Amino acid sequence: MPISDKYLSEVEVRAEKAKDKKAAFGPDIDLSRYTQHIERGKIESLEGLSQQAKEAAIMTGINLKEEQRSGSYMQVDQSVVYENLNKAYEGQLEIMSTTDALRKYDWMEDYYWKAVPVDQDKYTAQAALHMTHGYFIRVFPHQKPQYPVQSCLLVAENYISQNVHNIIIVEEGAELQVITGCTLSKSDAEGIHLGISEFYVKKGGKLFFTMIHNWAENFNVRPRTWIVVEEDGSFINNYVLLKPVKSIQAFPVAYLKGANASAKFNTVVYGLKDSYIDLGSRIILEGENTRGESVARTIAADESVIYSRGDLIAKTKGYCLAHLDCRGIVFSNKANIYAIPQLISAGALKAELSHEASIGPIAEEQVEYLMSRGISKEDAVSVITSGFLNLDIPYIPEFLDRNIKEVIQATAKEAL
Amino acid sequence: MQEMLNVEDLWVSVGDRQVLKGVHFSMNYGEINMLFGPNGAGKTSFIMTLMGFPRYRVEQGKIYFKGEDVTDKDLYERAHLGLGVSFQRPPTVKGVTLRKMIEIMSNDGAEKGKLISHIEKLHLSGHLDRGLNEGFSGGEMKRSELLQLMVQRPELVLIDEPESGVDIENIALVGEAINSLLGKDKVKDPKRSAIIITHTGYILDFVNADEGYIVVDGNLVCRGNPRDILSEIKKHGYRRCAECR
Repeated sequence: MPISDKYLSEVEVRAEKAKDKKAAFGPDIDLSRYTQHIERGKIESLEGLSQQAKEAAIMTGINLKEEQRSGSYMQVDQSVVYENLNKAYEGQLEIMSTTDALRKYDWMEDYYWKAVPVDQDKYTAQAALHMTHGYFIRVFPHQKPQYPVQSCLLVAENYISQNVHNIIIVEEGAELQVITGCTLSKSDAEGIHLGISEFYVKKGGKLFFTMIHNWAENFNVRPRTWIVVEEDGSFINNYVLLKPVKSIQAFPVAYLKGANASAKFNTVVYGLKDSYIDLGSRIILEGENTRGESVARTIAADESVIYSRGDLIAKTKGYCLAHLDCRGIVFSNKANIYAIPQLISAGALKAELSHEASIGPIAEEQVEYLMSRGISKEDAVSVITSGFLNLDIPYIPEFLDRNIKEVIQATAKEAL
Repeated sequence: MQEMLNVEDLWVSVGDRQVLKGVHFSMNYGEINMLFGPNGAGKTSFIMTLMGFPRYRVEQGKIYFKGEDVTDKDLYERAHLGLGVSFQRPPTVKGVTLRKMIEIMSNDGAEKGKLISHIEKLHLSGHLDRGLNEGFSGGEMKRSELLQLMVQRPELVLIDEPESGVDIENIALVGEAINSLLGKDKVKDPKRSAIIITHTGYILDFVNADEGYIVVDGNLVCRGNPRDILSEIKKHGYRRCAECR
């Protein structure tokens, strides 16, 4: 049975009211520029994508042969072109577009726009009023698929507003890994990606989520993400941005609702060209004995501007422990990093919150140390930079890892 | 035979401080030389200058290594010519593991078996996946430095205080590693040489040194048998050495 019309119209009314509401952070985007709508047909397999789309997808960690993947979801512009659940995992999880899930399950009312406020700003409003699918992944209770689900949200044309709404439900005692890539197949594409993500980790569940963003100079991105973690649940998030972007602003929230819930954010950002990057993470510790950790590594090269935010908000009556670790390196005298950690204890008497934030150059003594071992200056800077970014992400293909290191090597020269 | 290292009238400053004041020094292939001296006398400055660290600015004089003038060569070039250094207190490099460092330094897999044996002998198997020197104890740092040098295989090894921060038990291990590094545990390799800085002289129980020098106020004085020098220092301190310049 589909979700009720009553609920959908309530969502619509709230969205209508917020459609001109500016966001708290980041440059304001004129959404009326992005009105292009393109419908695309389904493909039989990921190999059926255009050459450009294939290359772009691969660079975000997508395995076209779907090896070591439990399932796949692929969207090009506004259309769902491919969704597949590997037969071996039938009965363990389900994958479909969120649009289909809303048609299929009336209980989606408990999840759809229940974590992210639909009236947060004009971007949430646009995603609600002009939703163009997004993925729905649900892993059944106590199921633990061995391999990750992969998803790719790709924009192939100009003036597209890709308004996806993603929902992941990890049922009680279940575990899920997701690797998702958001990217462009045209490097000069102008447009916007609005990604609403609402993830629910039930009692004792685990969600391990990796997102790779590969955008370009003319593209704007406004993700809006909330993760709700129940008792004994855990959420681990890896986020990687290593390509230029016109502007991106996101401040995902992990809401640790149940006792013993935990969340960890690892954010790796490499600012290139004149990218405007405003990223962070917020952890709300409401359950007793909840734990949070947020680690951000940022490098600002060229003329990029990076805001690296981190909020820890303790609301629990019991004990909680959370730490922010936010470090940056500025490679160019025209680049800027703003590290903004914030710790808030709302009457949480037993909360232990801490942070360390630093911005500094690559230590010369470290470079010289490596050089004294016979490593060239360029290689030393590259090795130290890679180590600083701590790129140790499971299920990323080796060539992608190599490519990331090449990007670092090419731009690290600026730091010399 | 040509000398391995020849230093002529070397004047060096760090910032606005003169740290070496007209040092003359030479050594042959295969020699192990010990440097003694009080704190701040210029021992570390001497070996850091030989290695080519840029903060040690050569104002005057020349350094010849294997007959080649290396005075203006950088660290990387000197390392490739065959110079290597073991730091007294190496910097911490978070994110770059000891394993990664060894992988980068190893050119081929031919020596892999030997490398594993070195790692085991130096009790470093459990440290390979930690950031370089991150949370290492004094002894662990020394062993990690020597392991890296075993991979690098320099012809002239500059070792800054191998005993500092190392407990008595581990000094033997460090001594053995130095001997192994220099090929002294096998048939003498006439090409591998060392300059070792020592405060306590403990390392002399394990390493068979050829010559000793005392460094005082930015200069090398009192060349002689290292054991005799150590015994003199133990009796009279460095005062007499300063007087006999």
